[in-house]
Amino acid sequence: MKELSLNILDIAENSVRAGANLTKIIIDETDDTITVAISDDGCGMTEEILRNVTDPFCTTRTTRKVGLGIPLLKLAAEQTGGRVDIVSRHESQYPDSHGTTTTALFYKNHIDMTPLGDIAATVVTLIQCNPHIDFLFTHNMGDKVVSLDTRELREVLGDVPLNTVDVIMWIKDNLNEQYNGRAE
Amino acid sequence: MKSLAELAAIRDKMKDKVVIREGSQGIRVVVGMATCGIAAGARPVLNTFVEEVAKADLSDKVSVTQTGCIGICQYEPVVEIYEDGKDKVTYVKMTPEKAVEIVEKHLKGGKVIADYIIK
Repeated sequence: MKELSLNILDIAENSVRAGANLTKIIIDETDDTITVAISDDGCGMTEEILRNVTDPFCTTRTTRKVGLGIPLLKLAAEQTGGRVDIVSRHESQYPDSHGTTTTALFYKNHIDMTPLGDIAATVVTLIQCNPHIDFLFTHNMGDKVVSLDTRELREVLGDVPLNTVDVIMWIKDNLNEQYNGRAE
Repeated sequence: MKSLAELAAIRDKMKDKVVIREGSQGIRVVVGMATCGIAAGARPVLNTFVEEVAKADLSDKVSVTQTGCIGICQYEPVVEIYEDGKDKVTYVKMTPEKAVEIVEKHLKGGKVIADYIIK
């Protein structure tokens, strides 16, 4: 993956496939680190799947749900000296509080740090392809916070789908304006 | 700044259109967005389709969406085009440039671009 934002897109798709109603993508930056947390209220993983989830060979054979996405994220994090942690509660054991949180820590000044890339494009793509579920996105850069919550947009939009072209363009422009800090 | 007021204006504009969209038998552009597709460059391909379809004023007729791994990872990014009464067309090794051309010639002009389909 050339950009971390592509890893994030890939991992967030796991949440979509897990039947999540709300997927949160939270990026926190400090001077030295970037922490990416992707959490959902989907079905969660059983302990057995969770144990194998970072093993590309084991997981691709036992389930199509996981594959190479997490190993690639793990590689990207570990090559900077960071790590990936996954916490998951399967619906069979936690009927009221199931879901998965994948947290990746990167040391962003490391020479092998993958650039974050076009994170706005990742958020736009997720909404375009999954208009019936909600996404909360927050990118905290210390001196600036960029955020978007589709639940708030839905309140304004009513029955108009989130992936209506004009809405998608609004979301894209809104995010890019937040990043570029353009004034009104 | 893109304001919520502007979003409300979009809603009001779209209210009448939504009914038409749901009832229409459109063309479906489906982009493979599993790990293989994403790593090969599916995201800009999908975003280009969305933008070009809007520019060509085809948004009422054409929907752009995703699927998982289609199973031909070496040909990613892969884009399938479904249209009622016609055979599925599978475009392979896609780029944003090819997407622009496909919107113009195939989605707008109705002509399959043979050079870009799977051989």
